[in-house]
Amino acid sequence: MDILQQISDQIVLGDDEKVNELTTTAMEQKIPVKQILDEGLLNGMNIIGKQFKEHEIFLPEVLMAAKAMNTGMELIKPSLLSDNIPMKAKVVIGTVRGDLHDIGKNLVGVMLKGAGFEIIDLGTDVTPENFIETAKAEGAQFIGMSALLTTTMPVMKEVIDQIRKENLEGKIITLVGGAAVSKSYAEEIGATAYCYDGSNAVEYLNSII
Amino acid sequence: MATRPVTHFLDNNLIEKIISEARDLLCKLGITLHNKDILDVLSGHGATVDQDKFHVLFTNDIIDKALGSTPSSFKLFDVLGNETHDFSGYNSYFTPGTAAINILDNETNEIRKPDTADFINYSKLMSGLKYIASTSTAFIPADVTEKISDSYRLYLSLLYCEKPVVTGAFTIEGFGIMKDLQLAVRGTKEALEAKPLTIFSCCPTSPLKFSDVTSQNVVDCARFGIPVEFISMPLSGFMAPVTLVGSLIQHTAETISGIIISQLTNPGTPILYGGSPAIFDMRYETTPMGAIETMMIDCAYNEIGKFLGFPTQAYISLSDAKRLDAQAGLESSMGATLAVLAGINNISGPGMLDFESCQSLQKLVLDNEICGMTQRMARGIEPKEDFPSIPLFQELLKEKHLLISKHTRKYIREEHHFSGKIINRANLSRWEEEGSLSLTDRANQEIERLLNDYQPSRLPEDIKKELTLRMEDEARLYGMDKLPE
Repeated sequence: MDILQQISDQIVLGDDEKVNELTTTAMEQKIPVKQILDEGLLNGMNIIGKQFKEHEIFLPEVLMAAKAMNTGMELIKPSLLSDNIPMKAKVVIGTVRGDLHDIGKNLVGVMLKGAGFEIIDLGTDVTPENFIETAKAEGAQFIGMSALLTTTMPVMKEVIDQIRKENLEGKIITLVGGAAVSKSYAEEIGATAYCYDGSNAVEYLNSII
Repeated sequence: MATRPVTHFLDNNLIEKIISEARDLLCKLGITLHNKDILDVLSGHGATVDQDKFHVLFTNDIIDKALGSTPSSFKLFDVLGNETHDFSGYNSYFTPGTAAINILDNETNEIRKPDTADFINYSKLMSGLKYIASTSTAFIPADVTEKISDSYRLYLSLLYCEKPVVTGAFTIEGFGIMKDLQLAVRGTKEALEAKPLTIFSCCPTSPLKFSDVTSQNVVDCARFGIPVEFISMPLSGFMAPVTLVGSLIQHTAETISGIIISQLTNPGTPILYGGSPAIFDMRYETTPMGAIETMMIDCAYNEIGKFLGFPTQAYISLSDAKRLDAQAGLESSMGATLAVLAGINNISGPGMLDFESCQSLQKLVLDNEICGMTQRMARGIEPKEDFPSIPLFQELLKEKHLLISKHTRKYIREEHHFSGKIINRANLSRWEEEGSLSLTDRANQEIERLLNDYQPSRLPEDIKKELTLRMEDEARLYGMDKLPE
């Protein structure tokens, strides 16, 4: 069987050791890393995404696949960088200032990472300045903000207002989510997108890049 | 080992008293039985029979003899001969409610008479409902003559669905063809006896009466080793005492009298100690199957059946609502939950609305979910690598979550029951994005999915042809040139 197909299959099975082994072999065979990424690692994650959406598999299987995917990514990342092949996209994520709830934010991070995005996770209690400065410094196109509390939701608006102030609108895209947040609130504060869960965030980002 | 949750309404003292009263009823007041041949048989066993009044008084010896030969369990098999049911202990299985005269049209949302196309769709749907272990002749197609309406339902069931069938004959003659259809599937009488394919519902008439048809059906089933479920239907306050205990005494007497007819014909014939009692609603003059007292009587007579050592059945987990609404869900799930907790072996009801008179495909797919949840509940709570718990919590504190822990992956599908898409567990935003679908919308989508995914029955083609030839012969006898397309 085609080694890239095998990588894809092992991603679906969530076997990080096999993915490590097969990705190493594929690189030794001089298969272009972009091809390993697209036809092996991401192909497997796409299958996982569809199975998850159809309720054929559940979160543990998705996360195991993501873990396996990351193992492969670590191996090919240096070559991707040296070949100037862009990573899928950088996303700065965090729970906003005053809010320490990170379960949803962590899930979004894991799902995005599994889908091939580069994640810079700022953790919890993140200030607007930290979000924006990190995005600028890292050249990240996306900021993902999470809030559980209605009292901390306004911090999202502070970030968006600051982006406008610095004329970064369009250059930095904002995604918001969390238990207290709704689509209408996202529209009200001018966020680019509202994502109601991790797979929805993956779906949205894949649709616009 | 898990502790199976079990609920009780009666203690053994009360059960013994109820049985004792029922025996007295049978020996001192007796029952009316409109079948002279069976009266003769009973007379031969020492019963006091009045042929002119169609009346029989039993003796305790006859009762003991019948109860003594009744099997404590039996198994059921699908059309391919695979075992599907083990009616023993507290094993619970669901089957759709039977013999409705109407169907709730899932496209127009109107209650109307069903036809052949409806029954075929129903049978296809039943093939895909994994928590409902048997199918049933759930409603009566109105596009065939009444003379074959009982057998025709069984014919379609055997043709389109592999599951065993809960059914019943409407006439004495109807049994012949219904037995022949089963023989066509199994090959021989012995094979049918060894692997029962159907259960026949036989209904005493309250109070304390057996019709000619019912009693003859019981005898005919016994001769072929076909399992029977006795469906005694005391109506508390109307055709039975208003007290639940009084209704239970009557139910016990009526059911034991059925067992006597069955066991004296063929000792060892499998039976289900069943019923469909109800309270009588004195405001609406109706027999609510969704009433809590109806469910209590069901669970209680099940305890009496278990005390006597027999597998049980009940019409419970159904609703009197007219649509797939909140009442339909609450009455059915309350009934299903109690039925499983009581360990009723064959639970009849899914799909049924409007006092057992209207079947609904929409409700069937919802009830399938209810059945799945209650079956999960029946497995109880069991430790699984939970002791000692320190390592698991060390992992949790280190990793911050257990989503990909080996323990999670190993047990998630055993511990958590994952309902189908008809039960909505999405957050509000996702639900809105997916179209804000109502329960009825989701039920209709599920019906469409299951009908699209339907795979024809693997019953060999030559047997299917034989079934059709046999059914066509029967239809011709009653003036139908051909069966509906």
